[in-house]
Amino acid sequence: MSGTFEIQRAYQSVPELAFEGEGDRSHANGFVPDGDATVSPIPADLCRDRIENFPDLSEIEVVRHYTRLSRLNFSIDEGFYPLGSCTMKYNPKVNDVVASMEGFAMIHPLAPEHFAQGALEVMFRLQQALVSITGLHSASLHPAAGAHGELVGVKMIRAYHRARGDDRRRVILIPDTAHGTNPASAALSGFSVKALASSEKGTVDPKIVAKEMNETVAGIMMTVPNTLGVFENDVLEIAGIVHKQGGLVYCDGANLNALVGKVDVGAMGVDVMHINLHKTFSTPHGGGGPGAGPVVVSEKLKDFLPVPIVRRNGDVYTLDSSLPKSVGRFRAFHGNFGMLVRALCYIYAFGQEHIAEISEGSVLKANYLKARLKDHFHLPYDVPTLHEVVFTDKFQQKVNHVTTLDIAKRLMDFGFHPPTIYFPLVVKGALMIEPTETESLAELDRFVAAMIQISEEATSDPEKVRSAPHNVGIRRLDETAAARNLVLTWNKTATSS
Amino acid sequence: MRYIPLKEADRKAMLKAIGVASIEDLFSAIPSNVRKKFSIDLPKAMTEMELRRFFGTAAAKESAVPSSGWASYLGGGCYEHFIPAAVDALSMRGEFATAYTPYQPEVSQGTLQAIFEFQSMVANLFGMEVANASMYDGASALAEAVLMALRIKKGSKIVLSTGVHPDYRSVVRNYLSDSEVEILETSLGADGRTAFGSIPTDCAAVVVAQPNFLGLIEQIEPLAKAAHAAGAMLIVSTTEATAFGLLKGPGSLGADIVAGEGQAFGNFPSFGGPHVGLFAARNTDVRQMPGRIVGRALDSDGKNGYVLTLSTREQHIRREKATSNICTNHSLCALRASIHMALMGSSGIRALALRNATLTARLREGLSKMAGAELPYKGPVYNEFVLRVQGSAAKFLKAMEGEKILAGITLSKWEGFDDRSLLVSATETKMEADIDRYLSAARRCL
Repeated sequence: MSGTFEIQRAYQSVPELAFEGEGDRSHANGFVPDGDATVSPIPADLCRDRIENFPDLSEIEVVRHYTRLSRLNFSIDEGFYPLGSCTMKYNPKVNDVVASMEGFAMIHPLAPEHFAQGALEVMFRLQQALVSITGLHSASLHPAAGAHGELVGVKMIRAYHRARGDDRRRVILIPDTAHGTNPASAALSGFSVKALASSEKGTVDPKIVAKEMNETVAGIMMTVPNTLGVFENDVLEIAGIVHKQGGLVYCDGANLNALVGKVDVGAMGVDVMHINLHKTFSTPHGGGGPGAGPVVVSEKLKDFLPVPIVRRNGDVYTLDSSLPKSVGRFRAFHGNFGMLVRALCYIYAFGQEHIAEISEGSVLKANYLKARLKDHFHLPYDVPTLHEVVFTDKFQQKVNHVTTLDIAKRLMDFGFHPPTIYFPLVVKGALMIEPTETESLAELDRFVAAMIQISEEATSDPEKVRSAPHNVGIRRLDETAAARNLVLTWNKTATSS
Repeated sequence: MRYIPLKEADRKAMLKAIGVASIEDLFSAIPSNVRKKFSIDLPKAMTEMELRRFFGTAAAKESAVPSSGWASYLGGGCYEHFIPAAVDALSMRGEFATAYTPYQPEVSQGTLQAIFEFQSMVANLFGMEVANASMYDGASALAEAVLMALRIKKGSKIVLSTGVHPDYRSVVRNYLSDSEVEILETSLGADGRTAFGSIPTDCAAVVVAQPNFLGLIEQIEPLAKAAHAAGAMLIVSTTEATAFGLLKGPGSLGADIVAGEGQAFGNFPSFGGPHVGLFAARNTDVRQMPGRIVGRALDSDGKNGYVLTLSTREQHIRREKATSNICTNHSLCALRASIHMALMGSSGIRALALRNATLTARLREGLSKMAGAELPYKGPVYNEFVLRVQGSAAKFLKAMEGEKILAGITLSKWEGFDDRSLLVSATETKMEADIDRYLSAARRCL
């Protein structure tokens, strides 16, 4: 089949850093002057001789070690990463250059504000941009991650009710398609969770919301579009039901990539939303973080925002921590500035003229993949979808019990990172594909060809799929055994269960 | 638009395959009353050149930077350290920076092994048995440590030393604001160090900072004994991980959990973030640890590798019963910290810590002899101390700005401190001549 090719990864295992370092000083010279002192000004009884079991390597050994490690990773810079709900789009390099500028990298968070005007201006502008893009009222750039923003958002809902003297609201409604961080954040804020069963269309059913909504419910957490890529068409009706009985609406902004420039989140009745800058706004995932999770709120919640907020007075920018009803702080300092500046740089590259092309491109490309793959993979919901699409392994299971996991591992052999698997939980064997707008048609076609080939292999050569991957230099890793025989550091073995 | 590959012919081909006439048709299912009606208020699109100019102009407003001849002695939970060039060069490789969370281990062994090594370094730096893959920052890590202790001990109280950074204490309070847990704070002794009175029964943990917020080095061993005698865990918080190049690891002195800030290794101040939370615990408590953890694994051919493990603690499996809601870790910041630590090695980190302590001692001693200045606390410090001036701290700092020196942080920024005191921190980014320059400037400004 033309357009497919398997890769052959030249895999070079990298020995672990040698933790039996002998404390040899010869390698440690030269980063900073040692000075003449040999005796510690700190009393000896407070000091250690050396850090036990630590590497002692030369610079070239360290550089080679990490260079070799890097080559074991798949990354967006190298290839397609269609992880649903993660929005693995291109991370523009200019963003990194800007974040590294001395005036941004070296500025201390507690420096006098007149020496931080550039950084404060960046934060203020990002606050404004996020408010404008979402159509909500105010923003705080405080949270360090999406889940952190969720925690802050749920805390704001709780604070809102408390401020009204209402202490009865102990429940949050959460659809069964929600990301795990939603119920976890609600629980962390002291709420109990009422899961809402999705309709046969995969969306939240307003009748069910009406049934569950009462004055013990603080609010509802929704993801729009939901984790199936489906726009929650009844969101306005649902928001109305919740608001009517005094509750608030939280929107998980993980799928904002489908809405930027097209949909007015404020008009959906949302009271608070977190935004994942590492998803929609291109900041690099870094192997698992750092991200940033700013929150945007309706006017109802503006007084509860975490502090500090950046304000502008004429030409002067200041940090304002004086909001008396604020939920307070949930991390040290002001925000993940290094990611905030990257996000603003990304937004300004699009500007007013192009910002809507993000969602246009992502929705176009996801629907293209859906159209090309729906004859080969089972679509659990026959409804319009936006920026991501969920398939299942039903067809492949039927013939030779080839599973979603197997398909995912076999995709690696073609140079693709697998899509998100087994999420959302409401779909058995879910395979969630989100191309984002930054993939070319050529790359999408290569992916389609690989998927079709794997689907055919499920019938003609199932063992090849079930024992994948073959070409990435390492075979399938046994996660079950790893959890049973825990080895979590170089020198210690944790007790096994 | 340069970030969106979409040739006209390709657009047509895709629309044809889908079976719609235009991209707009793909949005038609969205109710019109939530469609955007107003234009988004953004500047005109900027080319890359214009972006660099715009942000370069903003960055240049930060004039008090080293390349302009300024010297910063600011600490207070964020420390300027010398970051070797190899840290940037390695961590900014696209293979690290643009990779995702290593949920698919076979294509993420670089990230996974780097995190395993990071966990090993953090555990051994702190003298603890196990560490996780990192958290957002020291403050949120401390809050998670408190929650972990509450799960293990099932107590209803927490004792916080006021030696813990005030913003960290605030974060702990806010994380616990919707629980029934009582948070008690102890005041510091006259010497600026923690001295627990009696620790209440039903206390899950006592928390101290090392070094503490006033820069002073605490006696961890007796504090651990006191905590354990009361049936509580000892949690040690830190904002300066490099201190443990010299100081004994809290684990070797009885700490049960160490939750701190790792920014000092490998990460720029960057106006407050992203930084990196370090979290270390005992083997026996590993199942209560929040955050991601990497463990060794074998592939089907018996080859060594690494995987994320003990995931049943986490939100994507346990949802509302998870140990935490945390999803991301600060992986790239942890990588930078690892590379920095690996470049220096145990001997280099020790030398680094010694340099910090020596330079700070030189500055502190010089100031102690100066008219108009005094040291309210005399105990040993690492790289930060409290200076009290005769007039107002704010005035002193303003005058020192005239000498191109950011001389410290006024403590009155936080509640409960007078307006004559400031925190001063000297790190290895300074040389003896810089310290002497501070001293002669201070003579003029006091």
